Order: sequence, then C-alpha cells, then structure tokens
Amino acid sequence: MNTKRAGSLTALLAAGAIVLSGCAANETATDSPEPGATSDAPSTLSGTLVGAGSSAVGAAQTAWIADFQMQNPDVTVTYDPTGSGAGRETFQGGGSDFAGTDRAFNDEEIAAGGFQACAPDSGIVQLPLYISPIAIIFNVEGVETLNMTPEVVAGIFAEEITNWSDPAIAELNEGVELPDAAITPVHRSDDSGTTENFTDYLFQAAPDVWTFEPDGVWPLESGEAAQGTSGVVDAVTNGTNTIGYADASRAGGLGTVAVEVAGEFVPFSPEAAAAIVDASEFVEGRPDFDLSIDLNRDPETAAYPVVLVAYLVGCETYADPAKAELVKAYFTYMASEEGQANAAENAGAAPISSTLFDRVTAAIDVIG
Amino acid sequence: MTAPTEAPRPAAVDTVERRGDKTFSRLAVGAGTAILIALAAVAIFLVAQSLPAIVAPAGSFRGTEGDFWQYVAPLAFGTVWAAALALIMAVPIAVGIALFISHYAPRKLAQPLGYIIDLLAAVPSVVYGLWGITVLAPATVPLYEWLAENAGWFPLFAGPASGTGRTVLTVAIVLAVMVLPIITALTREVFVQTPTLNQEAAYALGATWWEMVRMAVFPYARSGIISASMLGLGRALGETMAVAMVLSPSAIISFAVIQSENPSTIAANIALNFPESAGIQVNALIATGLVLFVITLIVNSLARYIVNRHERSLESR
Repeated sequence: MNTKRAGSLTALLAAGAIVLSGCAANETATDSPEPGATSDAPSTLSGTLVGAGSSAVGAAQTAWIADFQMQNPDVTVTYDPTGSGAGRETFQGGGSDFAGTDRAFNDEEIAAGGFQACAPDSGIVQLPLYISPIAIIFNVEGVETLNMTPEVVAGIFAEEITNWSDPAIAELNEGVELPDAAITPVHRSDDSGTTENFTDYLFQAAPDVWTFEPDGVWPLESGEAAQGTSGVVDAVTNGTNTIGYADASRAGGLGTVAVEVAGEFVPFSPEAAAAIVDASEFVEGRPDFDLSIDLNRDPETAAYPVVLVAYLVGCETYADPAKAELVKAYFTYMASEEGQANAAENAGAAPISSTLFDRVTAAIDVIG
Repeated sequence: MTAPTEAPRPAAVDTVERRGDKTFSRLAVGAGTAILIALAAVAIFLVAQSLPAIVAPAGSFRGTEGDFWQYVAPLAFGTVWAAALALIMAVPIAVGIALFISHYAPRKLAQPLGYIIDLLAAVPSVVYGLWGITVLAPATVPLYEWLAENAGWFPLFAGPASGTGRTVLTVAIVLAVMVLPIITALTREVFVQTPTLNQEAAYALGATWWEMVRMAVFPYARSGIISASMLGLGRALGETMAVAMVLSPSAIISFAVIQSENPSTIAANIALNFPESAGIQVNALIATGLVLFVITLIVNSLARYIVNRHERSLESR
C-alpha cells in the first residue's frame, strides 16, 4: 500500500515536471523569433512597454499591440483596460509607461505633477489617437433612422419627451410612422467615458433642456440603466420602444439617430466624426505636444458631434531613455495611417484627419 | 447546519508525544489562526481605506449632494431589499424540494434530483447573469405590464412597468435560483436526520403523512432551516456579477419592484463604478464595502442568536 502510494506520487511529480518543461520549451520558442519571419527591415527595438487605462480603447489596443509586436518581435506591449481613472493614476504613480484615457489630464493634475515614469520637470504628451463615434440607437419597429435636434435628444433622455408620437419628434420626421408608446431611455449604469462624452454633447448642444454638468455617472435618477456597452445594446435590442447611446461599432441592426448640426441632419460616419475634432480648438495654454482638445459639440459645419475622443498619454522626457524609444515607436505606429486603419477595422474608430496627423507627428518627435 | 459544538477532548492517557501528533496539532492551530488573521486584515484594510470617505464633507461624491451616509443609504437598502425578496421566494420552494427528496420522492427519483440541485450550485454567477438579461428579463415584460395595469394600486407593483424587465424583482428571481441549491441541500440533510423514532411515534398516534412532517420533521429541523436560509441570504447579499448585469440601478430608495428605477446593491455598485473611479470615490466604494461587511455580520449574528435560542428551548422541553 505504502509503496504503491509512493509510486503514484513519483509518477505525479514526473508528469508535473514534463508539463512544466513543456511550458518552458514553448516560451523560448516564442521569445526568439525565427529568422526570416519578420518584415524586410528587421526591427532593432526590444523591451517591454506597459500601458493601462480606458477600456474604450481596449479593443483598439489589442489590435495595435498584435500588429506592432508582429513588426517588432522583440518588443512586448501590454495594455490593461482597467478604466480611465485607474489608468491615469497608474501612469502618475509610475506603474505604467503610457496611459489611455477618455479625457486628457486637466490643468490641476498637470500642475500637481509627480509623474513617476517621467524625468523630473518633464511635461506630458497627450495625443487624441482614438476617435470613436457614439451612436444614438433605438428600437422602434419598422423605423431605421430618425432625425432629431439636440433639444429633442436631451428632452428624451431628461424624460421631458416621453412618447414616441410626441409632436417634437414627429415634426422632424415627416412620413415616418411612430407608435403611440412610451419611450424607455437606456443609459449606462457604470461610470464611463461614453456617458461623459454623451452628457457633454447634450450639455453643450442643448443647454436649455439639459442642465446637468457632463459626468461619467448618469446625473438623473430616472430611466433604465444597463452595464457596459454590451448591456446598453442588449437592453435596447431586447426591450421595446427603447433608446440608448453606445459605441457606434456596436450599433449594427438597430435604428440610429441623425442629429441636427448647423441646420443639417448628420448621421454618424467615421469621416463626420473625425471632422468634429478639426472643427474644435486645442485647449489653451498647453505646450505644443499636449494636444488636448476642447471639443466643440455645436460646430458651424456639418460634423458628427457625439464622439468619444480618447488620449494616449506619455512623457515628454522619460526617466529611462530606452522606454522613450519604445514609446516613440509605438505612438508613431498608432498615429500612422496603418495604425488608424487597423483601429477602424477592429474597433470601429474614426481615423484621424491629415491635419491632426501632422500635429500628432510633431508632438511625438518631442518624446525623448 | 447547527452551531458548532465543542468536540469532546480525548483523555490524556498516552503522555508520549509523537511527532505526527505534534505536526498535526500545529497545522490545525495554524489553519485556525490564518482565518482570523485574514479576517482581521480585511477588516483593517476596509476601515483604514474607508475613513477618508466617511469623514468627507457633503457633496464630495458623485451621484449625490449629501455626505457618505446619504450615498450609501440607497445601496444598503437595495442590498437588503433584493436579498430579502430572493429569500422570500427561495425558502418555501427550497423546503418543498428538500422535503420532496427526503420524504416523498421514490428513491430512484430522489437521488438524481439531489444531484441536479447540487449542479445548480456549481453554475457560475455570471452565467446566471447572462440568463437573467437574455432570457428572464425580456420574458417578464408582459407580466410586469399586466401587474402595473391590474395591481398598480398596490405600492409594490406601482407603474410604469419597465420596458426591458431589468427590475429588482427580476434580480430577486435570479438570486432566488442561485441560493436555492444551498438552502435545499442543507435542509435536505437535516430532514434526513430526523430520528426515525419520532416519525414512527407520530404515525403510531394516528398522524397522516403531512401531520407527521409537521409534528416530527419540522420542529426537529427548524434551526437547520434557519441556518440554511441565512447561508443563502449571505450569498444573496454579496452577489455581485448577476446583479450588476441584470439590474437597472439608480440612487433611490423605492419599494416598487417592477419599475425602471431600482435601488442598486452595494456589491454591484462597487463592480460597476470601481474601474473608472479615482481618489475619494475609491474610498467611498471601499467604505460601502465596509457597510456590507457590517450588514453581513449583523445578519449572521442574528441567525446564530435565533438558532441558539431555539436549541435551548428544545433542550429545556
């Protein structure tokens, strides 16, 4: 009995050893790239780059990282989609080399300084590299698109317009048959950048109706709430006569709203979303490499104003020069046409315009 | 599940201490201490991280104008409310199933049924959440609309009914399904242990089957049922994922169970808001965790007290 048990123990140990060595063998294989597997110009970069932050950028980061690591086989990039707030804190505390965030660091945060990954007295580089249109989605049988003014959108979400047959909606949509049914507006139940950008749009474009300050937490107690983009899309899809807002890449199959901008009704499109950034001003009083944008949600030209702009944030000067080289290469890739096309394909982002591209390139050159 | 009674200590006959005895006793003491240390560490962490939020002035939290207590009140209410609703639904059904398995079902059926119930306990809560949003919530919409129309005068069913079915009642149903296996498994164990002598005695007095169950099984199992319910309640209070996924929350205190606006629960609120929180908001969330800790402690102590009192009254008979 005893010997038998000892025997089985040994067998177990042996099996474990084999499994473990299997792992190790595997790892060395991936660590050292096979010659000829990479592109024509072999990359000389190597090292690890750690990023954290906005979950909105998560899908784009996954696509970017895969592509970037393919081109630079000795570089490992990780991105932890912990959320914007956590991402900013991690970056400030030196836990990551770059941050992804739904809003740029503001003046107070920059003045407070203490960015641990950066050299002392270094500024921070903030680049709007991820522009994502937010679609206003609805589920009303037989209706695929609706025209709405910002006031109507705000009225619906503030629950002042409560019925689909309300004349305020009907007069903008002649010929569309709207049901005489209650509207169920759906908002995010979690703290999110999408909500912050959506409420910012309502606050800027319809200040008379929407009197709440923009915030990542929904300011009203009324209305239906659901967790995450998937939750909202799910609630709108499964519910009846619902309306909500979600990342445009997830709007498939649902009706979407064309919002009134400068007298025109603009449906969401990547081009129209990218145009809003060009129609806006950069935040004043920041250095040239800080491209924080003061989004103008009520522009003169017909651009799509309901967008989420996420920033990639790095140091002007890194404490570790090796990191600077890596960050520079990664940021350059993300801003490139190739990188932006990758994000558009995999995450539904709107590629940045050539005007913005020039500014971004100049800013990346500063990193050292 | 009854209160742990002290095991009778073996008489010290053999004074020779063997190495195995020593090792084992040290391991046991170590295990006992580890749980205390872990609990203390959690408590210290919660209190230390909560203090800044508890003393913070009114208006420093998102979603409320008031101070921390006003922030946590709807959450604490929602936590207890959802768990209580779940328990009201789950306990009678669980006792019924347990009784069916232990006393009514033919042996051939009882065993597989027991396995199925145990299987329910092994399903991860995120799967219950998915089931809740994709199947249960849409299915309840017509029922809620009917309730709002026909029973709307009753405060619980006040309209307007939710258009998506993601209400606190739906959450309570999901929670009830989740706690059902725990309560069932434990009560079944207790029912099975009812002394045969008591049951035979009841029959001898001319009791029918139902009277026997009422006279012999229930009194014997009462403290077990209470303990089982409290364990279920503990799980319902702390359930995070399923609630976060299914519920349509807002910061209100409301007894209406079929509306779009429902009080959220502490655990779900932490899960929903932690990723994007920073600074004092993180402290506030941890402080709500402390409140949940205290609520759970109170519930457990209360259960223990009820069980003890019941056992004493049994003994004194």
